[in-house]
Amino acid sequence: MVRIQAEAIIPDEVLAAVRGDRDGAEVLFVGAVRNHNEGRRVQYLEYHAYPAMAEQEMSKLRDQAFERFEISEVAIVHRTGRMEIGDAAVAIAVAAPHRAPAFDACRWIIDTLKQTVPIWKKEFFEGGEVWVDGEIDPGSS
Amino acid sequence: MKVEVRYFASLVELTGRASETLDVDEGADVRTVWSVLVTRHPALSGLSYRPLVACDMDYADWDTPVGGVREVAFLPPVSGG
Repeated sequence: MVRIQAEAIIPDEVLAAVRGDRDGAEVLFVGAVRNHNEGRRVQYLEYHAYPAMAEQEMSKLRDQAFERFEISEVAIVHRTGRMEIGDAAVAIAVAAPHRAPAFDACRWIIDTLKQTVPIWKKEFFEGGEVWVDGEIDPGSS
Repeated sequence: MKVEVRYFASLVELTGRASETLDVDEGADVRTVWSVLVTRHPALSGLSYRPLVACDMDYADWDTPVGGVREVAFLPPVSGG
């Protein structure tokens, strides 16, 4: 499962998508909208994407994760549009026979997603709005 | 040669549009396309970063030729997750 969607993310569904009898470990990461950023009180966020390319880049991450880690299944879902405090913006689930590669792969996927997948967030706070600066991929020029 | 240019996020606000069609010479590269766009949209000249670029949805370089490319997208630093 690799998907960009406007609808609310249901983390249990993302986790269920990777579940298999061979796996003793399932790791679920949920990235949620927090109420503060760089000293500002956040009211809500808007996520914008280049949807087709974002799904393509997320698929590449999934493929690369299979090459790098001893894992069985990966699901990546990112939401777009307006999100309120506490909403899930992204969910990543990894299943593996053993826990170490499941944790490692999940961490690698979210860290790399933040550098490569064409999605942007705009923060709305008391008194203004700002596009959030991304984490520049050190590998890009 | 026509190429479709797409903007995202803050670049949409700076140019006032999400896309436009550009007529460029055969043999033009991404750098050439960007220089034409900066002339059209002076707001693009004041960026504090160099945009990422994708040709037909694959990350590309500023030296990438745009011949045969249908869509060139300029992307601010990404901030998903």
